[in-house]
Amino acid sequence: MSQLLQTVPSLVARSQQRIRTVALIGPPNSGKTTLFNRLTKLRQKVGNYPGITVEQHTGVMALPDQEVTIVDLPGVYSLNPHSEDERVAVSVLSGNMHGVPRPEAVLLVLDATNLTRHLSLAAPVIALGLPTLALLNMGDLLARRSGSIDAVKLAGDLGIPVAIVSATMGTGLDAVGRFLQHANSPSPTTLPIVQDVRECRKWAARVASESDYRPPLPPAWTRRFDDIFLHKVWGPLVFMIVVGAVFQTVFGLGQPLSNALQNLLTEMGQKTAPFIANGFLRSLLLDGIWKGVASVLVFLPQILVLFLFIGLLEDSGYLARAALISDRTMSFVGLNGKAFIPLLSAYACAVPAIMASRTIENKRDRLATILIAPFMTCSARLPIYTLLIAAFIPERSVVGIFLGSRALAMLLLYVLGFAAAIGTAKILKSSILKSTPAPFVLELPEYRWPTFRTVGLRLIDRGRVFVQQAGTVILVVSLLVWALTNLPLHDGHPPELENSVVAHVGHFIEPAIRPLGFNWKIGVGLLTSVVAREVIVGTLGTLYGRDPQTQSVSLQAALQHDLTFSGAMALLMFFAFAMQCTSTLAVVRRETNSWKWPIIQFIYMTGIAFLAAYLVNQTMALLH
Amino acid sequence: MRMRLSDLKAGETAIIEEVALPESERQLLVRFGFFDGAEVRCSRRTPMGDPVVYSLDGSEVALRTETACRIFASQVDRKACEQTG
Repeated sequence: MSQLLQTVPSLVARSQQRIRTVALIGPPNSGKTTLFNRLTKLRQKVGNYPGITVEQHTGVMALPDQEVTIVDLPGVYSLNPHSEDERVAVSVLSGNMHGVPRPEAVLLVLDATNLTRHLSLAAPVIALGLPTLALLNMGDLLARRSGSIDAVKLAGDLGIPVAIVSATMGTGLDAVGRFLQHANSPSPTTLPIVQDVRECRKWAARVASESDYRPPLPPAWTRRFDDIFLHKVWGPLVFMIVVGAVFQTVFGLGQPLSNALQNLLTEMGQKTAPFIANGFLRSLLLDGIWKGVASVLVFLPQILVLFLFIGLLEDSGYLARAALISDRTMSFVGLNGKAFIPLLSAYACAVPAIMASRTIENKRDRLATILIAPFMTCSARLPIYTLLIAAFIPERSVVGIFLGSRALAMLLLYVLGFAAAIGTAKILKSSILKSTPAPFVLELPEYRWPTFRTVGLRLIDRGRVFVQQAGTVILVVSLLVWALTNLPLHDGHPPELENSVVAHVGHFIEPAIRPLGFNWKIGVGLLTSVVAREVIVGTLGTLYGRDPQTQSVSLQAALQHDLTFSGAMALLMFFAFAMQCTSTLAVVRRETNSWKWPIIQFIYMTGIAFLAAYLVNQTMALLH
Repeated sequence: MRMRLSDLKAGETAIIEEVALPESERQLLVRFGFFDGAEVRCSRRTPMGDPVVYSLDGSEVALRTETACRIFASQVDRKACEQTG
């Protein structure tokens, strides 16, 4: 009996050691994401932790005889719950995060080329008492730059197994599988008081020197590149060339791709039409659902091209330099260099821009960035800009062959959006979002070749979020608009346009928009484009197409016939400022976790749009 | 000689003596290696002169002058170093 009692606990202990969930933790820039991608390949899931805006990445790693779920925790320097990221890490590790099982083991990723600093995180992680494997990542770089570490001595000092790996090259990673199959709790070791960051830091320095850590030589190539990229003259020049190239590619490559996709989607709709019985169902499926969803999907290529660029810039290390160069300029409006990335993305689409604002630690700065991003001229404004400019502005040379009047008009609209963004930032940062200037601390990572794997996975990730986010909202509103143009039914037939619900709505709001120079059809376009700006073009197409007077002419000609010059200019102003995008509102709600900010943003932006359109229409009408 | 970290010229090294900032900001800076006793080299100024890139623990970290001027340090006399080897 007593014998049985002695053996049973050890059996129990062994079966308890079977690991199902493991947490991946490490400081920012430790190569944690690359490692996560290596270990889980494509079997990943991205979500949000309940109630907060920190992304939750989980993936499945296949071992010979079992599968292990890896929870990728946000990059943290310590486990003191100062920032939201740290609070998430602490609650997941302690099993207090709703919906995430408590991890039975920890993979601690540390940058081997930065070990003295990164080791500080080891103390609080080991103190948790969970079986832990320390992965000294970028071991290849350490060796190449003549640094070294005695992994056996370090393991002895830390009381946990240590492996030197390279996530980029995929070397040394078999240690992870071995560890997960035979995980043991840490051996007793002396640790500093883990709440005291300075104590941890001093402990780390001691452990590093006891393990014969020889830091790598300064990265010669990185220094040489920075001599150029942060040079007084070349630095800003390269910066402008890079930003210009991003733009040029997003429009030069993304736009034709978008057009091609548009054609493909339209053709798919037309090809399917004969297979659906003519009537209500076809109208519902093609005019209602398909057109609405397609109008959003066409922006996917541009967004992917933009994210490809941002991914390449970020992974190569240049983005940190770009943030550094733009910091001085951003500080004039009360923001810092980290807001540069989201604002650059906002030229393609505010939705990914707002998601990219997560890199800004200061909450108020982040909120300010989220609130100003939709002012930047996103690609959804281009269809209406192009239509109105082509219809109302005659092409004339302004600066020789370099700049025509139409290009100038487009440029002015870009400047206008940018001015509105920085003006709003200035107002926000000197009033309700005023914050004690949190120190701007930016680590400059070493330059590296971006890997296809990491950039590719991110593209898949972002594309999926965009399609889900935008697709669902657009779907619902498209259905609504379609229904309203087909109601009320007369003897089972849809009404004439003038008698439809849409026309009633248009006529109802007409008095409010007549001072801006808009008629009821434009008004309906404004209403439907609350879903997404580009929707107005489709809506106007439908409305003028169903109007007997303008049925036979192009949309451009119909607008020239129906809208004054000052009205057209007012409409451009309106679109430069108005918050016409439910996808953005939905993302703002998600990221700020309340309806308050998207509502304020909507009222503020649309208010400015009304005012600007009114002033432009009235003054121009006087001049004519 | 006690000086402000922001007065360090590119290529010069100093040992931090005091980080005269509120506790929360001090904690943030400690994570990047800025704490009393740490050796910091001024690596380079950015094109507009601010922020400044510092080199410590083999990594490069940029700080704005408004932060660096609240960190006090004593400059390591390079000549003295060279003489002692």
